[in-house]
Amino acid sequence: MDAIRTENLTRRFGNTVAVDRLSFSVAEGELFGLVGPDGAGKTTTMRLLTAIMDPTSGDAWVAGCHTVREEAAIKDSIGYVSQRFGLYQDLTVSENMNFYADIYGVPRRDRTEKIDRLLAFSNLAPFKQRLAGNLSGGMKQKLGLACALIHTPKVLFLDEPTNGVDPVSRRDFWRILYQLVRERVTIFISTAYLDEAERCTRLALLHRGRLLALGTPGEVKQLMRGAILELRTSDARRAAVLLRKELPDCTVGLYGDRIHMVTSEPDATKASATAVLQGAAIAITVVRQVPPTLDDVFVSVLAQAEVGARHE
Amino acid sequence: MLVKEFIHIFRDPKMKAVIFLVPVIQSMIFGYAVTTDVKHVATAVFDLDNSQASRELVARFVRSGYFDVVARVQNEGQVRVLLDRGRARAVLRFNQGFEREMLAGRTARLQVLLDGADSNSAGIVLEYSARIAAEFSRTVLIERSARLAGAFRPPGGVDLQARAWFNENLESRNFYVPGVIAILVMLITLMLTSMAVVREKEVGTMEQILVTPITPGEFIAGKTLPFALIGFVDVIVITAIAVFWFEVPIRGNLLLLFLATALYLMTTLGIGLFISTISQTQQQAMMSTFFFYMPAILLSGFIFPIANMPESIQWLTYLNPLRYFLIVIRGIFLKGIGISVLWPQLLALAVMGLLTLRAAAGRFHKTMA
Repeated sequence: MDAIRTENLTRRFGNTVAVDRLSFSVAEGELFGLVGPDGAGKTTTMRLLTAIMDPTSGDAWVAGCHTVREEAAIKDSIGYVSQRFGLYQDLTVSENMNFYADIYGVPRRDRTEKIDRLLAFSNLAPFKQRLAGNLSGGMKQKLGLACALIHTPKVLFLDEPTNGVDPVSRRDFWRILYQLVRERVTIFISTAYLDEAERCTRLALLHRGRLLALGTPGEVKQLMRGAILELRTSDARRAAVLLRKELPDCTVGLYGDRIHMVTSEPDATKASATAVLQGAAIAITVVRQVPPTLDDVFVSVLAQAEVGARHE
Repeated sequence: MLVKEFIHIFRDPKMKAVIFLVPVIQSMIFGYAVTTDVKHVATAVFDLDNSQASRELVARFVRSGYFDVVARVQNEGQVRVLLDRGRARAVLRFNQGFEREMLAGRTARLQVLLDGADSNSAGIVLEYSARIAAEFSRTVLIERSARLAGAFRPPGGVDLQARAWFNENLESRNFYVPGVIAILVMLITLMLTSMAVVREKEVGTMEQILVTPITPGEFIAGKTLPFALIGFVDVIVITAIAVFWFEVPIRGNLLLLFLATALYLMTTLGIGLFISTISQTQQQAMMSTFFFYMPAILLSGFIFPIANMPESIQWLTYLNPLRYFLIVIRGIFLKGIGISVLWPQLLALAVMGLLTLRAAAGRFHKTMA
């Protein structure tokens, strides 16, 4: 049975379509990533699937229950960590956990044991008595996760959980997620970080409410048309501006001091790019063809979508 | 849910002060300040006659306890200045020949100039003055008749013997202090509940609550019960102040008062929650609360008698829970009447309470969408 299934799921806000005819399914035990730029409709999709919001049209099933008709049943089998810290800042860590244990009706007998286990699991045990408002960003997210797991949900929804969290906490957070996947929990995570997307078993690329790509990270990378040319130069910023102007057929992306150019003819592009930069007296240290990263795929697929949208 | 709300309230020391100290302070202040008794009216005397009769009449004004002579003036200009500056609220003016006219058996004129800006007090002062003057002229009449005819007895008039029931001394405090209980409790419960749901929306905790299997009923109960309890404690505190400090008599059944309070709190909490569910921010909730609260007080009969209002507005007051609770609370305090008389009011409160709470729970259902 699929943990999540959607059919033409659509949500409008007035004239804007936040989620546009989304159809996909997530198998049980998958770590599924929803990737897309800000405003792509990730949070709306999350809200539709967690039955906080009703779709304008289309259907969705989570853990075998319909999100509109069987709303109440869904809520017992899902956990949700929202983008914004959704717990009570003026309650302590253990008060927050007890509160959610109450709401989910976790029996009192196993409660203490369960809370202790989750706290240990998330390394929060030493901070039990601390007010949630005084935790660091990473710890807050871990507490959110711990509270969302209090009733052992079958499907866990995470809406950009590591946004603004330091790298160490992020790694910690992912360690917990892997642990959960081993316990057969289905995880549906949205993120704008592509290195995180790379860790998912499968991905959906969302843009303007539409599904642009769906598959394993490897499959999504196959969608890449053309090759990637990586350039390192003395002045990456100026070089990128120049290349965008002079070679409009290529998609130019700037990653720190590196420039990635997407091109169908790597050799010809290499020659013309070198010429352009030499003309502007920018020194090139490295030019080489590299395998595409998700970032590249992302940029190129989005660019294609933009072009497509303009033609419509 | 319940425990959590209590923790919210008690973890914030400022909140504690607001909930328990403010009602005490306000009921003290209102108990003293909210009164329509007019006493010690600053009075100026403009006596051009300066006779025995005029002095006697002024003395009667002073003896009544309602008037304090604060100035004696000699000319019109000074009268103006005193009234303009509010140094005197009333001026007693005797023209030259006041006593002579009186002795000659003609009607002597006493002019009372009032600061009519506060029409209510001016009306009361006018009434006092009329009574004092009437009594004075009656005495003079009796004396004169006696002197003229020796054994002549004046014709028997009608002696009006008015008795005010329930509030024998017509002390406005007895009327207003029970009302203060009603308005303070309304303010506190409205504020607390109207903030309750909006705060969760603003902070972002609402979203987290919505994904849980909690039902609207449970949520609303969690949000109302703590505030209802606080409301109760406040009622008890203010009632104690009213009875023991202001010595307002309480003649009715305390249990009935608590029952009425419970019903009344249902309405205020319901309205507060409803405001909370339709508002997006705490400011909006605050504004809406005052939008409701001000007319609720003005149209409740707390200050202005409902019977004096235009009929269309009187209809409007039937929608006001405060109107019913004021009747109940005043009835219990002053008249000592029971449920046999007050049941229509109690029923109205119960119906309103259930409706508003229902509406709030209904609104809660899909606040996100």
